Amino acid sequence: MEGIDKSFAGVSALKQAKLEVKAGEVHALMGENGAGKSTLMKILTGIYSKDNGSIKFDEKEVEFKNPREAQDAGIVIVHQELNMMNHLTVAQNLFIGKENMKGKFINDRANNEQAKLLFKKINIDIDPKEIMGNLTVGRQQMVEIAKAISTDAKVIVFDEPTAALTETEITELFKIIRDLRNKGIGIVYISHRMDEIKQITDRVTVMRDGEYVGTLITEECTKDDIISMMVGRVIYEDPKQTSNVPADAPVVLSVKNLNAGKMVRDVSFELKKGEILGFSGLMGAGRTETARAIFGADPKESGQIFVNGKEVTINNPMDAVNAGIGYLSEDRKRYGVIVQKTVADNSVMANLENYSSGIFINDKKVKKDSKKYVELLKTKTPSVDQYVMNLSGGNQQKVVIAKWLIRDSEILIFDEPTRGIDVGAKSEIYSLMNELVKEGKSIIMISSELTEVLRMSDRVIVMCEGRIAGEFSIEEANQEKIMHSATLRK
Amino acid sequence: MGNNSLKRVFKNMGTQKLIAILALVFIYVFFAVFSSSFRTSNTLISIFDSSYYIGFMAIGVTFVIITGGIDLSIGTVLICSSLIGGVLYEKGLPLALVLICIILIGALFGFINGILVSKFKLPAFIATLGTMMITRGFGSIVTKTKSITYPLRTAEDGWYKSLFRTGPIGNMETGFPTGFIILMVLAIAMAIFLNKTRPGRYILALGSNKEATRLSGVNVVKWETLAYVISGTFAGLAAISYIAIYSTVQPGSGNGFEMDAIAGVVIGGTSLAGGVGSIAGTIIGVFIMSILKVGLPFIGLQPHYQLFITGFVIILAVYADVRNRAKSSKN
Repeated sequence: MEGIDKSFAGVSALKQAKLEVKAGEVHALMGENGAGKSTLMKILTGIYSKDNGSIKFDEKEVEFKNPREAQDAGIVIVHQELNMMNHLTVAQNLFIGKENMKGKFINDRANNEQAKLLFKKINIDIDPKEIMGNLTVGRQQMVEIAKAISTDAKVIVFDEPTAALTETEITELFKIIRDLRNKGIGIVYISHRMDEIKQITDRVTVMRDGEYVGTLITEECTKDDIISMMVGRVIYEDPKQTSNVPADAPVVLSVKNLNAGKMVRDVSFELKKGEILGFSGLMGAGRTETARAIFGADPKESGQIFVNGKEVTINNPMDAVNAGIGYLSEDRKRYGVIVQKTVADNSVMANLENYSSGIFINDKKVKKDSKKYVELLKTKTPSVDQYVMNLSGGNQQKVVIAKWLIRDSEILIFDEPTRGIDVGAKSEIYSLMNELVKEGKSIIMISSELTEVLRMSDRVIVMCEGRIAGEFSIEEANQEKIMHSATLRK
Repeated sequence: MGNNSLKRVFKNMGTQKLIAILALVFIYVFFAVFSSSFRTSNTLISIFDSSYYIGFMAIGVTFVIITGGIDLSIGTVLICSSLIGGVLYEKGLPLALVLICIILIGALFGFINGILVSKFKLPAFIATLGTMMITRGFGSIVTKTKSITYPLRTAEDGWYKSLFRTGPIGNMETGFPTGFIILMVLAIAMAIFLNKTRPGRYILALGSNKEATRLSGVNVVKWETLAYVISGTFAGLAAISYIAIYSTVQPGSGNGFEMDAIAGVVIGGTSLAGGVGSIAGTIIGVFIMSILKVGLPFIGLQPHYQLFITGFVIILAVYADVRNRAKSSKN
């Protein structure tokens, strides 16, 4: 693949991207979140079409219009999210669309036999008659791999295959991958886990911001080489130099040994008054899950939460709101605002009891206060009666902020506050956050953008696989250190 | 292996279907113990009589529910196609052709539903609610709100009634329930179709995970449409069994027929969330419904108690399904 360009609605996702995979090698494709790895792979496998550039497969120029064409040519992808029909059996899943037939009827016996042979070939023991949904995620993934092999694939793309696997399953998977490599199949391996890259791959191609950065031979480079290629030397925005929080500032929020599912394991940290605490890490590191557990949106297994030194019980978001915690979701449209409602309605959503007498809502007061916050936050809206869906992303975010300010929340959790917001609105949100902490509010900011974390935070916590993997004061934090912690397993 | 696969058959069949079979037996025995007149072949034939039209509708709508959709129009399609058929018969069309027309009309409405849902992406609930109202109105329009009466058994064209019962209700000799044989043959044929052919497999697959099925190179629009066509066709078959048993069709009737059928499907273990379902379960569910309907008067309860009790049964059945799903998604 060479010189691949792709843009979505005018926003460039790939610029002159490049990748070369040889038969019989395991080739790692690495890069930060949003570096364009998945987009490039989707173009390769015919899910997206490219704007420019050329794809050569076996020396021949190719262009796949849909996944089927790529499959028929011998390029398949094992997706990160498994694409399975959970209610069907393993063999039924394997052969969907290409069943063995006996006249007009499906020959399930032949399908099961063929599945058994296939599993034997890659040395795994799965009963073809088992219902898919009864298998563990790891086993389901093995079935996906078997499906890929059954099509006589020449190139197999693995998109973060180990994300949901246990230690033994990973060993099993690596054995299969090595077998495939020895059979001359080219393998693209996408992963954030540095150890795995060193362990299984022959070469590494690094991407950044949709561009090709370089290709290294795995044996000849160190983890740090790869990391510095991933983050690059370019600093886009000035990072914060020193913390603005005095060392003796009181602790407003203290979380002790929080556990909630696989993604939140033994998380403990403190948040000081007037602090912006950055939560960094790769996708799926458990940051949002931690925030949701603290906020009571998801159930906790164990752990204590202290607000201003007093232990609080938070079983649901209502408890959290009453404890003075506000949560600004990463998915604004789903969890943050009600887009079919007006600015005024959204602004008071978390605090209706203060705006009603009896069962009736005091519309005048609602409008007066929401107007006040529209002015304070410089929200661009013709009036507070405007429907939120007509506002830009940045202004919608301001409505969410207003909601929690009206509620008088002391602790604000910003989950990806600038996702999907343009550059101008971004810096407005930044200065707003800075003003909020100046007024004595405290902020937890979850962000996948390293530059944003370094620019805004007074302190940085890095999460990896549900655990806190590192903590840095802003003075000592830099992109390399954060990346290092974020890609380290345990 | 034998023991193992037997275990799996039970596991896959689901506790819900097992409970349904036990419930069917229990309800029948219950009525038989408490009422001696319930234990007659006469009553058994009544149970069959009242199960045909709901049974056919239920078999058809099982396919739609397996895709994760719903078809609310089957009851009114039944009435509408019988009414149109009646008008055609009055105009002089031979009865055999009228019966074929009834089935085709059902299939046509099913096709319309299918296209609306699969191609135009309308929510199934809304699309079929629309056709439900359209067919109810249309039935009244073509008959000018007059009721339609099909030929009686003694009439020249009365032969069609013997398709479902050979004579007046009484005992097995004079009025053999041939309809039961038709119902069973079609149920078995459709069960094989669902489990052993490609279209059936694809309907199950797209109900389980539509996107994954599409990515496997399966034409999901086509097979989803087919599920609705099956549903409509069986509503047409249900119409024939309805006129064979009841002779007279009122425009504007048919209210709640679809709910009886859907209830039967759900009691039989087909999941409203899609992906899981069986025809055998549906037939069991339908007979639970008709035994309740016929049996309750025998122990002194009026038929409306059937509604009351069915409501509870449905909630229990769906609750069992929801809990099963929650359990399996945790693993």
